[in-house]
Amino acid sequence: MPVKFNRAVAAAAAFLSAPVLADYHVDILPPATPIAQQIYDLHFGILWVCVGIFVVVFGAMFWSVFAHRKSRGAKAAQFHENTTIEIIWTVVPFVILIGMAYPATKTVLDMKDGSNPDMSIKVTAYQWKWEYDYLQDGVRFYSSLKTPRDQIEEHHGKGAPKNPNYLLEVDREMVVPVGKKVRVLITSNDVIHGWYVPQLGVNQYGIPGFVKDAWFKIDKPGTYLGQCSQICGKEHGFMPIVVKAVNADDYKKWVADTKAKMPPPPAAEPAAQVAAAAPAEDPNKKWTVDELKANGQKVYAANCQACHGAEGKGTPPAFPPLAGSKVANGAKGAQIDLELKGKPGTAMASFASLSDSDLASVITHTRTSWGNKGGEVMPAEVKAARK
Amino acid sequence: MSTATHAHDTHAHGDDHAHDHHGPPAGFTRWMYTTNHKDIGTMYLWFSFTMFLLGGTMALLIRAELFQPGLQLVEPQFFNSLTTVHGLVMVFGAIMPAFVGFANWLIPMQVGAADMAFPRMNNWSFWLLIPAALLLVGSFFVPGGAAASGWTLYPPLIIQQGISIDMTILAVHILGASSIMGSINIITTILNMRAPGMTLMKMPLFVWTWLITAYLLIAVMPVLAGAVTMLLTDRHFGTSFFNAAGGGDPTMFLHIFWFFGHPEVYIMILPAFGIVSQIIPAFARKPLFGYASMVYATSSIAILSFIVWGHHMFTVGMPAAGNLFFMYATMLIAVPTGVKIFNWISTMWKGSMTFETPMLFAVGFLCLFTIGGFSGLVLAITPVDITLHNTYYVVAHFHYVLVSGALFSIMAGIYFWLPKWTGHMYNETLGKTHFWLSMIGFNVAFFPQHFLGLAGMPRRIPDYALQFTEWNQISTVGAFIFGFSQILFLYIVVDTIRSTHRKAADKQWEGADSLEWTHLPTPLPYHTFEVQPVVK
Repeated sequence: MPVKFNRAVAAAAAFLSAPVLADYHVDILPPATPIAQQIYDLHFGILWVCVGIFVVVFGAMFWSVFAHRKSRGAKAAQFHENTTIEIIWTVVPFVILIGMAYPATKTVLDMKDGSNPDMSIKVTAYQWKWEYDYLQDGVRFYSSLKTPRDQIEEHHGKGAPKNPNYLLEVDREMVVPVGKKVRVLITSNDVIHGWYVPQLGVNQYGIPGFVKDAWFKIDKPGTYLGQCSQICGKEHGFMPIVVKAVNADDYKKWVADTKAKMPPPPAAEPAAQVAAAAPAEDPNKKWTVDELKANGQKVYAANCQACHGAEGKGTPPAFPPLAGSKVANGAKGAQIDLELKGKPGTAMASFASLSDSDLASVITHTRTSWGNKGGEVMPAEVKAARK
Repeated sequence: MSTATHAHDTHAHGDDHAHDHHGPPAGFTRWMYTTNHKDIGTMYLWFSFTMFLLGGTMALLIRAELFQPGLQLVEPQFFNSLTTVHGLVMVFGAIMPAFVGFANWLIPMQVGAADMAFPRMNNWSFWLLIPAALLLVGSFFVPGGAAASGWTLYPPLIIQQGISIDMTILAVHILGASSIMGSINIITTILNMRAPGMTLMKMPLFVWTWLITAYLLIAVMPVLAGAVTMLLTDRHFGTSFFNAAGGGDPTMFLHIFWFFGHPEVYIMILPAFGIVSQIIPAFARKPLFGYASMVYATSSIAILSFIVWGHHMFTVGMPAAGNLFFMYATMLIAVPTGVKIFNWISTMWKGSMTFETPMLFAVGFLCLFTIGGFSGLVLAITPVDITLHNTYYVVAHFHYVLVSGALFSIMAGIYFWLPKWTGHMYNETLGKTHFWLSMIGFNVAFFPQHFLGLAGMPRRIPDYALQFTEWNQISTVGAFIFGFSQILFLYIVVDTIRSTHRKAADKQWEGADSLEWTHLPTPLPYHTFEVQPVVK
């Protein structure tokens, strides 16, 4: 009976949760995979056992609180041990625990069985974005928060009205086919992150230098939301995960579309490897300084503003100001190098994943705004520096 | 359970002692140089309360920021510093020193000893806390801001940060040294200085739980020291213990940290068990049910605590066998813990109970700690933990254990022994008000966090998606009620110390039976037992 009840609750919750999840939600989100369903049932099973024990034990306690009070004339009995009853209440919980451990063991073994996947996706975590690399289909891209910064930051005056999927929206979703066993190989490029999508029953740390795996098989088309689960620095709260499950045809179409937008396969040299995930662009386009500045402002808002602030003032002492900074007023080469490689030992990550023109734009923006006099940088200079 | 053959009057023989043995020197040097276990206990308790207010202020800042989505008050980096230092301050600054304060006050009196075994070292263990606390809190003011990696200090994130990390590591070293010295002192006092006739199985349970806790501390504090020292050398001396690029493994830090960290949570709860085991029998006017099984259960919990650390790491990707082992071992802890809960309830059963403030806090402990135990059982199930790991469900779980478990028992203990310590009774009406405000505020603050976790809200985030708004607002309101009611507690304690008209009796509580109630006058003499009582 509890299982039936659970399903009813799940159905009600699913109904309430479209399109934005229900407020005052009190339950695990509706499961989307067989593993998540097992987790859901396990949770409910244990919850009911706990409620049962709670009622019995606290029934006894509240009865004695009510009835065995001095103010009601209760006289204290003086018993203080009883071996039989003590053995009983050691053995009975032990038996209950075995009853709980049995189904849990089956689920653990299922979760750990990543054998014979239909497809594998390598997920690499960065501060603070995700990279998805579809090993069979040759698709590779970055995914980061789409919510505009002015909806988040409210301390400098009024923030903009918030999107319905505030903080749970990304620029590029991870798309997977339904009904396929998808194995995710999870790692990280800098610190420990957690790839956590509750409705898929997956929560796996990405550990730099190691590849760990998990798997899921989604039953129904839909969009499943998650976030980074392990504190990974300043933007930990702004690292959403969106997994979109589509049918096989749509998936094929998506792969074809995404591939068309990607740059041609990288040449053999390692420097080009870094650029592989950067979006393709027209190499013959001639950029004017004004175009660079205008584009640079957008790129800055998406990638840099969180740490360095809209006005380039930074959030000292952790994140240095750019207005008047030595780097933005100094040699061009040094700044290009810094953007491409990041600064080890700090939160300044490598932005080599941006395209040449985006990088040139944002560097130009930082070198010509807020009183900085560094001068513009052209995409060709960035391209040359990558080699 | 312990009865003495004759009452002993501590004032009866003073002629052959120098005059100043009978009273403390005045002024600052009394506290600076004191070797008196009561003075040191008092200092520990005030230190702990100061840190509690400081850590609480950080918690309220966190809750205020989380009152609604968006960033209103603090920057994300500072938010992370707040969660980190709140955790470190509460664990190492508030809860642990509070229990050491109780140990200093009570262990010599309960075993019939004149003082702690090593009084000079006792002074040193306390005063080490001050530089450690200054380092911890001072790290907010150095370039880069305080540690912002969570209190678990996981690398490589922690390697990225500035000098504050080195200050934090040094603070942890000093706190560890202090804890180890304190533990040696406690173990020696208990094992060597018991009154004639007080066998181990006649010791009050508070003494028993501290004996076991002290062994846990000695076992795990060096492990933590080792872990943070490795962090330090990774940061500055080119080692790669936790850096895969140099042949190390970040996961190794997690293993070492939690090998310390899991017993640590029992370090923060076993003395609480001891306090509650003194209070419930006193107010039920009935002997503690199952004394022997309480001792065995406490020992079992302590031993099991060493083999369950992996349950903090179900999501790092251990092999199935590892996950299963840690799941079974963790679930097993429910058995001895259950025994303890059943014993307390049987102690209340057919008692003749009254509900003064200490008993209210003890019963509050019993109810809420059990809820924390249940959510612990839920989290012990590996697959469920994987879906709840690092969500607010975990935050709710450990606050039910550490606030309603450790903190409520500390409150219960303060109200219970305050009359003995100060010689004055506290204001019962205010005490009960404090209890109910704390009880309501605590539950309003933390119960909704279970729901947030189930719905998938990660912890340690400064901003959240819109569907989490309502429960967060309720939680914040509860946190402020809980936080501000502690100001009332401060008032009650100060008022008790200063009030002269409410004299406490030698044996203030009808059912209390340990030596400090039965064999010592109120107010207590400066030196406790100059001749040991004899226990039958």
